Amino acid sequence: MSVRQPLADSRVYLAERSTPRERGEPGLPRLLSGIPASGALPLGEHLALHGPLPASHGRGWTRARRGDGALIEEVERAGLLGRGGGAFPTAAKLRAVAGAARSTLGGRPIVVVNAAEGEPVSAKDRTLLRSLPHLPLDGALLAARAVGAREVLVGVCESRPEVREALASALAERRAHGADALAGTIDVQLHPVPHRYVAGQESALVNHLSGGPALPTFTPPRPFERGVRGRPTLVCNVETLAHCALIARHGAEWFCELGTDEQPGSALVTLAGAVVHPGVYEIEHGSSLGALLDAADGPTAEVRAVLLGGYSGAWVDGSWLPQLALSDRQLQPYGASLGAGVVLVLSTRACPVAELARLTRWLASQSARQCGPCVFGLDAIATVFEQLVLPLALDRRGAERRLRTLAATVDRRGACGHPDGVARLVASAVEVFADELAQHARRGPCAACSRPSELPGLAR
Amino acid sequence: MSPVHRLRVNPIACEAHGMCHELLPERISLDEWGYPILDGAPLDPALLAHARRAAAACPTFALLVEQRRRD
Amino acid sequence: MTLLPLPIAAAGPSVDWYLTRSTGAVALLLLSVAVALGVADVRRLATPGWPRFVIDALHRNVSLLALVFLALHVVTAVLDSFASISLTAAFVPFVGSYRPFWLGLGAVACDLMLAVILTSLLRRRVGQRVWRATHWLVYACWPIALLHTLGTGSDVKAAWLLLLSLGCLALVLGAVLVRVFADLTRNRVRGRGLALGGAGAFALFLALWLPSGPLGSEWARRSGTPPALLGHRAAKRSKIVVSR
Repeated sequence: MSVRQPLADSRVYLAERSTPRERGEPGLPRLLSGIPASGALPLGEHLALHGPLPASHGRGWTRARRGDGALIEEVERAGLLGRGGGAFPTAAKLRAVAGAARSTLGGRPIVVVNAAEGEPVSAKDRTLLRSLPHLPLDGALLAARAVGAREVLVGVCESRPEVREALASALAERRAHGADALAGTIDVQLHPVPHRYVAGQESALVNHLSGGPALPTFTPPRPFERGVRGRPTLVCNVETLAHCALIARHGAEWFCELGTDEQPGSALVTLAGAVVHPGVYEIEHGSSLGALLDAADGPTAEVRAVLLGGYSGAWVDGSWLPQLALSDRQLQPYGASLGAGVVLVLSTRACPVAELARLTRWLASQSARQCGPCVFGLDAIATVFEQLVLPLALDRRGAERRLRTLAATVDRRGACGHPDGVARLVASAVEVFADELAQHARRGPCAACSRPSELPGLAR
Repeated sequence: MSPVHRLRVNPIACEAHGMCHELLPERISLDEWGYPILDGAPLDPALLAHARRAAAACPTFALLVEQRRRD
Repeated sequence: MTLLPLPIAAAGPSVDWYLTRSTGAVALLLLSVAVALGVADVRRLATPGWPRFVIDALHRNVSLLALVFLALHVVTAVLDSFASISLTAAFVPFVGSYRPFWLGLGAVACDLMLAVILTSLLRRRVGQRVWRATHWLVYACWPIALLHTLGTGSDVKAAWLLLLSLGCLALVLGAVLVRVFADLTRNRVRGRGLALGGAGAFALFLALWLPSGPLGSEWARRSGTPPALLGHRAAKRSKIVVSR
């Protein structure tokens, strides 16, 4: 399976600096097209930029008159993968919900837009919602029609009032405009979701929207079978739905003009850490990590390592940068994946062991505390790192072996993916930071341990 | 096609009572905090009765014996 | 000796009278053992020779055995002609004529025990939450059963029953102490406080009540024995005839 070379003129676009592109033009930006410098893109301009929401005559809907199945088929041909971190084929999800709705007596399905964005470093979802709310809303309504839902619930993080306001205004705009013939039959509601790492997890979100706590549940049954209030539920990430809205307008072939064979299209990434211009960028799948850093005007210091995917992602060594390309298949030999699209750059100025101590302690605090291996295992992992940076720790030897063992012990032992993410983080850290770990095991804390952290979002 | 049985544990319900390990040590081991480690492989028919007994003994019904038709 | 506990001449107590007291005592003992096993927690009591599933099974089986003896206790009490306790009075509290309050406590304890055991047998059906909530009723059932024993039992001044009752008290209180002071690394201050407070209050109550109550004078009359039977009691003590 060959990797298609990126188009010569495809570039990486910084969210704040992109320029509008005519509908269906090749190259980037796509999602970020027309993003305003401040505030939200009004509905009129959104429609002028992308065209009307396809009813049944949109370009690219070759079998539109069959109704509901058309979007699913188009998304399937486009090969869209979920952008919330799981990279699950979106068409399969849509089919599963539509199928569950038909076969069970579970009632009319519900669409849930996962805008919780519990990953502290990730800003792509809230950027879309705050500045380009109509694109994911288009996608949500199209998905609702595709699975036969009449309700869309948007789970928004409660500590982001600006996002909720932007969405509320956008919804009011749509109602006033009368833009959606189908919007009238589909009820869109905003629901605040607690600001917790696990609150964005699929079953936790469904649990919360059903009136329970924002904590993961034991699956089966999965949300697509029995979700909110017992009905088949489609849970989709904000960015995924935005892609659906463009695929519905411009078609699968257009979508596949960018990207690789396994991972077509573009994606949003949040670039953070030791770079000159951190922020949300739109990239083409398969473009090089070096190009992304160049677009951000480079790192602020020499790069020690990059964390890919988020705080539950994997570390890659800075020396591998020239070979790294931003697609899951190309990252897989390095043990990493794009995940929720976070690219966090750690410079050589920081002490990786101290940063990992802070990070793993934070991750342990974010446990839902429902499953023993997560509660005890994550605490044990954080303690090992903390012992390596404390001046008077009793036993530091065997830290690396202990970390490997703990990572293997907690992996896939919880009800949700939280311990799996920590296992991945720690396993990759033990490889990438082997030298620093050995030094700390021998000699304890280093001079860089007390430097302020380069990792954002760990305050809570 | 004979059905395939697998052991699963509900990690939320599990409270590390450890009786499952006592009753089915062939397939269930405990981690350092007392929580069960399962390998996910299909159960031998010979162990099925013991697995069911272990699932019935669990005070929180966290251990499950799941059956799937082998397709 | 006849197998069926037939009512006999009013001159002396029947077999049922002995059986009801003995089965009641055994039921109390078994209940106390079951409660102690449950309170102390299977995880703590296990040893390599006594694995957890064995102790857990012991807890379940002792409870069921206690239920069997409770059934015998109720049946023989009803069949016994001396105190004319109806079957209804065994399950509906405080409707009997013989020491209504203290017997009623027995009915309450019986109902609670049935609730606990039935929900345990049907645990898969009723679900974990209902089962757990109902199981807490044991902490009401056992003290009530003990009070019933001390208040209703006519042998309360006899050494054997007194020692047995105090032994059961010590067993359960001991189990509570073991549980309260176990694993002090986990916080749970409120639970421990409540447990100690409740246990202490109950023990204190017994210490104050027993001397002036069942161990005091004229308890039979004060506890509600029908006047017609009061005279018999004096006669019984002096002349005991058992059918053979």
